[in-house]
Amino acid sequence: MLLSRVLEEKLGSLYRAGGRIVGGVYLGKGQEAFSAALGVQLRKGKDVYAPLIRDQAGRIAFGEPIIDTVRTYLGAVTGPMRGRDGNIHRGRPKEGHMAMISHLGSMLAVASGALFARRLAGRLGDSVGATSIGDGGTSTGAFHEGLNMAAVEKLPMIVSVANNQYAYSTPNTRQYACENLVDRALGYGVEGVTVDATDLASCLKAFRAAVARARAGGGPQMVVGTLLRLSGHGEHDDASYIPDKARQGPNARDCLQVAEEFACAHGWMTPAEVRELHEEVRRTVDQTVSKVSKEPTPDPYKENWQALSCAELVEGQYKA
Amino acid sequence: MSITYLEAIREAQYEALRSDPSVFLYGQDIATFGGAFKATKNLSREFPDRVFDAPISEDAMIGMAVGAAVEGARPIVEMQFADFSSIGFNQIINQAATLYWRTNVPCPITIRMPSGGTAGSGPFHSQSMEAIYAHYPGLVIVTPATVEDAYWMLLDSVEINDPVVFCEHKFLYYHLKADRIGDRELPIGKARIARPGRHATIVTYSAMVHEALRAAEELQLDGYQIEVVDLRSVKPMDTDTILASVARTGRLLALGEAFPWGGVTAEIIARVTTEGFHLLDAPPMRLNSKDTPIPYHPNLWKAHRPTTATIAAALRTLLRH
Repeated sequence: MLLSRVLEEKLGSLYRAGGRIVGGVYLGKGQEAFSAALGVQLRKGKDVYAPLIRDQAGRIAFGEPIIDTVRTYLGAVTGPMRGRDGNIHRGRPKEGHMAMISHLGSMLAVASGALFARRLAGRLGDSVGATSIGDGGTSTGAFHEGLNMAAVEKLPMIVSVANNQYAYSTPNTRQYACENLVDRALGYGVEGVTVDATDLASCLKAFRAAVARARAGGGPQMVVGTLLRLSGHGEHDDASYIPDKARQGPNARDCLQVAEEFACAHGWMTPAEVRELHEEVRRTVDQTVSKVSKEPTPDPYKENWQALSCAELVEGQYKA
Repeated sequence: MSITYLEAIREAQYEALRSDPSVFLYGQDIATFGGAFKATKNLSREFPDRVFDAPISEDAMIGMAVGAAVEGARPIVEMQFADFSSIGFNQIINQAATLYWRTNVPCPITIRMPSGGTAGSGPFHSQSMEAIYAHYPGLVIVTPATVEDAYWMLLDSVEINDPVVFCEHKFLYYHLKADRIGDRELPIGKARIARPGRHATIVTYSAMVHEALRAAEELQLDGYQIEVVDLRSVKPMDTDTILASVARTGRLLALGEAFPWGGVTAEIIARVTTEGFHLLDAPPMRLNSKDTPIPYHPNLWKAHRPTTATIAAALRTLLRH
């Protein structure tokens, strides 16, 4: 959580400074507890994870090194996307980390497909799949189709829904008409729970239980987290559409602060140790950014400009 | 003994399932029922663990196939009609087509699309989608016109490590027969001279190959020898074979059943005029369907698509230049 927060703050400042980050920056501020609580349940190399925009914390918890994040944001050729795609659109599918596309809801079926193929090959074992979405993303046809299919196939999928009250600027009242988002789970025949996503301990409990139910053959599990996005949609967005009342409400608690206070109250850490940890994490992030800044960016003359893996099928390549 | 185009597609899937345990079939009504056209008849009996009915969810079906491909499977997804692939469009062009380029992980999926018009099918069960998909980088688009190609190109498609849109023509399903399936002759990406000639070239694909051949027969009565090039795959498009044919004949008619705006025929004309302008003795011509949705009634449907008569008329105009 902390590493995610500090890393994203750094990315935000690089964005505002201009020059280094050419595309947008999309933060998960306020969603770290909910995201990380899922990520820590997953085992890289065994489970399948298809994170979304605000899952920097979950990706770290899953085992993605932060250098992959920085390299993708800076477009370094050394990164997993090699400058071909940027920011949050990254992953290493062969390690079970699916690379999201921008079209919301569409990763649910992809993660399901990976589990389906493993089951077919007799090597599903106790692996699970997990994907994230927000309140807005649940309105898409892809989300509906994907969740319905996962349920029909009774796949061990965990669907985490971060209900952060706004899809970009659109409030929930313009997004869905049911009382609670989790009510939808029943319609798909999947189990659903709602959790206070500002509270790390509750999130951990909810996801641990959901993952256990999925592993035990209980089919897809929906976990809805109630919270407020503590940033704009991206760093270009000041979120001025979020009214003060919401900003002062219970959903606006900062999950990182809540978690740190919780740790101190239980005597697991002292406030001084928390401060020290912040410093240490900041140094790690700075070192990573500094290292990546020296790495090569893509050269259009070295790019092969081929979208197919079969070179002989690229237009103009056939030689009799 | 003879085998139809449809049976060849079924046989190819049987062979793919038999020879490669990582192949599985996914589509609506394809298991016990054997598919809306019976292209998967009895396959679920032969391979009960690898032929699955899918919910009516074209988006999720393609997304699922992509995820499975990442895990090493080689899924064949049946769209019940090519027209319905519009619901899976996003997963095809944004998920499947970009996966390799973005992540270096190949995406070996085959999407079977029962394509093209048949009488009485109307606007939503008759479409030809090849141009739409060919427009996007990262996809291979094949359009078999013969029983052999239906069989071999489907097997080739499954073996290819990239997403293939397999446009099989419904009009050919039952009508087109061969005595047997011959040997594999050409790879995907290489066009075939379906009929040699020296006065004009028709470049076409899929069911229109047969209309073109009939028109060529008709023109022969007038003493013209028309060359017919069957593209076999519209992407990659075999420009070399097209140009070589135009070099022999000096005249080009690009023919397709799809809608007229843009598309495969426009691409053919663009390539020949930009790369082989000097080969042309007359302005190239195009013939497509009319620019309306595809009509239901046979009287209208027959006039909507190119026919032997309209192709022959176009050839006569082309030869008068």
